[in-house]
Amino acid sequence: MATPYAKLPAWADYGLIPLINLVVAFLVAGLVVLLVGESPIQAATLLIKGAFGSGAGIGYTLYYATSFIFTGLAVAVAFHCGLFNIGGEGQAYVGGLGVALVCLGFDTVFPWWINFPLAIIGSAAIGAFWAMIPAYLQAKRGSHIVITTIMFNFIAASLMVYLLVGPLKPLNSMAPQTRTFAVDAHLPKLDWLLEMFGATIRSTPLNLSFILALVMAVAVWALIWRTKLGYEIRTMGFSPKAARYAGIGEARIIVITMMISGALAGMMALNPVMGDQHRLQLDFVTGAGFVGIAVALMGRSHPAGIVPAAILFGMLYQGGAEISFMMPNISRDMIVIIQGLVILFAGALENMFRPAMQAAFASFSPRSMGMGTAKREGA
Amino acid sequence: MAQAAIELKGINKSFGAVRANRDIDIEIPQGTIHGIIGENGAGKSTLMSILYGFYQADSGEIFVKGQKASIHTPNDAIAAGIGMVHQHFMLVENFTVLENIILGAEGASLLNKGIAKARSELQRLEKEYGLEVDPDAVIEELPVGLQQRVEILKALYRGAEILILDEPTGVLTPAEADHLFRILRMLKDQGKTIVLITHKLREIMAVTDNVSVMRQGTIVATRKTASTTVEELAELMVGRRVLLQVEKGKAKPGDFKLSVKNLTVKDGRGVTMVDDVSFDVRAGEIVGIAGVAGNGQSELIEAIAGTRRAESGSVTMKGKPIDVTGTADPAELRKRGLAHVPEDRHHVGLVLPFEENENAILGYHDDPKFLNGAFLNIDAIRSDAREKIEKYDIRPADCRLRTANFSGGNQQKIVLAREMENDPGVLIVGQPTRGVDVGAIEFIHKQLIAMRDRGKAVLLVSVELDEIRSLSDRILVMFDGRVVGERGPDATEGELGLLMAGVEAQEAAE
Ligand SMILES: Nc1ncnc2c1ncn2[C@@H]1O[C@H](COP(=O)(O)OP(=O)(O)OP(=O)(O)O)[C@@H](O)[C@H]1O
Ligand SMILES: [Mg+2]
Repeated sequence: MATPYAKLPAWADYGLIPLINLVVAFLVAGLVVLLVGESPIQAATLLIKGAFGSGAGIGYTLYYATSFIFTGLAVAVAFHCGLFNIGGEGQAYVGGLGVALVCLGFDTVFPWWINFPLAIIGSAAIGAFWAMIPAYLQAKRGSHIVITTIMFNFIAASLMVYLLVGPLKPLNSMAPQTRTFAVDAHLPKLDWLLEMFGATIRSTPLNLSFILALVMAVAVWALIWRTKLGYEIRTMGFSPKAARYAGIGEARIIVITMMISGALAGMMALNPVMGDQHRLQLDFVTGAGFVGIAVALMGRSHPAGIVPAAILFGMLYQGGAEISFMMPNISRDMIVIIQGLVILFAGALENMFRPAMQAAFASFSPRSMGMGTAKREGA
Repeated sequence: MAQAAIELKGINKSFGAVRANRDIDIEIPQGTIHGIIGENGAGKSTLMSILYGFYQADSGEIFVKGQKASIHTPNDAIAAGIGMVHQHFMLVENFTVLENIILGAEGASLLNKGIAKARSELQRLEKEYGLEVDPDAVIEELPVGLQQRVEILKALYRGAEILILDEPTGVLTPAEADHLFRILRMLKDQGKTIVLITHKLREIMAVTDNVSVMRQGTIVATRKTASTTVEELAELMVGRRVLLQVEKGKAKPGDFKLSVKNLTVKDGRGVTMVDDVSFDVRAGEIVGIAGVAGNGQSELIEAIAGTRRAESGSVTMKGKPIDVTGTADPAELRKRGLAHVPEDRHHVGLVLPFEENENAILGYHDDPKFLNGAFLNIDAIRSDAREKIEKYDIRPADCRLRTANFSGGNQQKIVLAREMENDPGVLIVGQPTRGVDVGAIEFIHKQLIAMRDRGKAVLLVSVELDEIRSLSDRILVMFDGRVVGERGPDATEGELGLLMAGVEAQEAAE
């Protein structure tokens, strides 16, 4: 009988540990701010105020969060199958192509509520296709998916540059972007949602795709824990040998899982392209694909963790912009450092405080260990 | 009596509603071998995990050599002179013996200094206890018996005076087990104290001085081994009389259900593991495959069950071929009525992080009765799991508990329940009672006989000769990938033992 260290109670596992990681990340970030001669307290206040202090701030925070929910879910689905999809960035980028093609083709033909589902299908299909190639190479040729998905990020970037300076660019334009879509290819804003909570705002980029992201979070939960496919994905993720024993085709599951993952990443493009900028621009993904990795890690690959983690990173993006605007010593790069620290502590060093916590729990409350904590995933 | 090496007083430990240990008092005299036996889930491993610092007792005290010890982590236990040999070895597979032994106790920051010291210390230990192993051998290339020896050396290297072994013989061949017992006796003669957990009462009788019996978290009896019997111990464990030998009528073999012809299987490195093997299994009979572990039995059943590609040969089930060299698919074979209890329940037969009910459908998750379209029918799955828990007396009776939290024997029952309840025509079972208590063995054996009597074809692979002899209607002996002999159920142990050692095969080759 293997008898590993006892598990922590769920509230500590899912609540306390991420919180501690976060606090440490902010403490270290505070030190960095102190080093450049600014007040960490003031920076923190600016961050929070910038992100949540006004209706517009909240709108922007949730707008960024929307993208991160999509990419976080994408990474999480692959994680459940034991696959590390680093290609969210590229899958989202080409997903934008799907959105743009639908919008450019139909923006004067259909109303937005027809264009929206078409764009969902377009972005998901191209994102899925982009993930399918590395998946196929992994399943059939054993090429490691981490390597191939990274390479596909570069290929996606090159492809999009080619398209945006060539075929997709309006004839007499100088900018590497498509023409602006007509209003019937604009997603409705969610200003009313913010106003419902009493905020008065001029305009924020928050749009309908936020709701779609939440729907997808629920859908991913149902997929992973309530469907046969999800069962097969988890079996493969935990034990490929058991999957083979159960007659679950390895190649099939890898390809399907990665296509779902790629589709989710692709849908991220709806948010900036159809919801905000109304045209396809160079580099519109701006790292959301990579942030998705941190979001999935922090959210423990569970939608209920991914949504709050995505909002946290949305806050960092939005509040960070505010800080660099108000504190001249703190440049945009400083913000990237702070985000990096959060990723480091919440993602990569996720297990740093775990042993200490387990020891602490073991000596203080032995009764709280054990079965009560037996993880009941997805329930 | 000599001073107690270990004394546990009033140990309690609960996991949620399960009281794994209650008010345990036990005294283990210095320089003795103390056996602990008990049903699956009785709390043996839990008690030892508390002693070794893996778990914290809810209440109770531990005394080591009369001193009260507070053991919170394995390091505390090691400092107190307690060592543990785990059933699943905790060795780094691609490290050498020496590297593994100093792991975690490297000493100097410059590795080569520590290694030189460790090497001479290791040589001293080897000499003192007769525990030869090549210090520069890589772990993964050693047979399990030697790997276990490394675990023991590792504990001794850290100064263990008290050695805990949790089901050490589960993975050993009979010869390796005998060797282990010689080592244990030698350690005892040197004044070490040994705690041995096992389900094999014969081993208890052979090596222990005293034996404690656990039942449902309590110690129900402690006996001097010399003044007890296997029957008494079995009864103490289970609380009723146990049939140590199954009763079975004569087999009434029917049609051929499974025919294997000239099957050859290679492992990942291209070594031939199964070499031109042919046999049949008929409806209503149990064919047992005996053999020392590692002689191709595992590969043979994997190939038949479709989880490993065969090199050449053919298999037919119920008259229809199984494409063992090509596209044999376990899912499809299952639908055709082939059930498979794999030898390795931890990595193959179960997904340990899953809830019990999720494992109860592994491989059968395609069955429409567990599905609502693409969705799992959670209610159906759980009620089906509860039925099996009830019928197979799986404890604790909680279908939502993580499978990893069941005791070893109960995990085995989860697999057996799943595979036997689906009413297969052909049942392939690998090591059905590995790590399973005597009461459960009786139950499992009865179920297998009942399957046979219902006209199923059963192919049994086991390294336990007793099991093979008491269940099989025909016995095939495998040695070095070949079937070297076929015997009836009345073959003697000595005869089979010689075949298993390849004696006849070698003679024939000369
Ligand atoms: N981490 C855990 N969480 C919840 N329950 C547990 C945990 N570990 C053990 N248990 C439960 O405690 C009881 C005792 O388990 P233990 O592993 O000590 O049994 P055992 O006597 O070693 O059995 P076996 O002979 O099958 O190895 C069982 O009911 C088991 O399910
Ligand atoms: Mg045990």
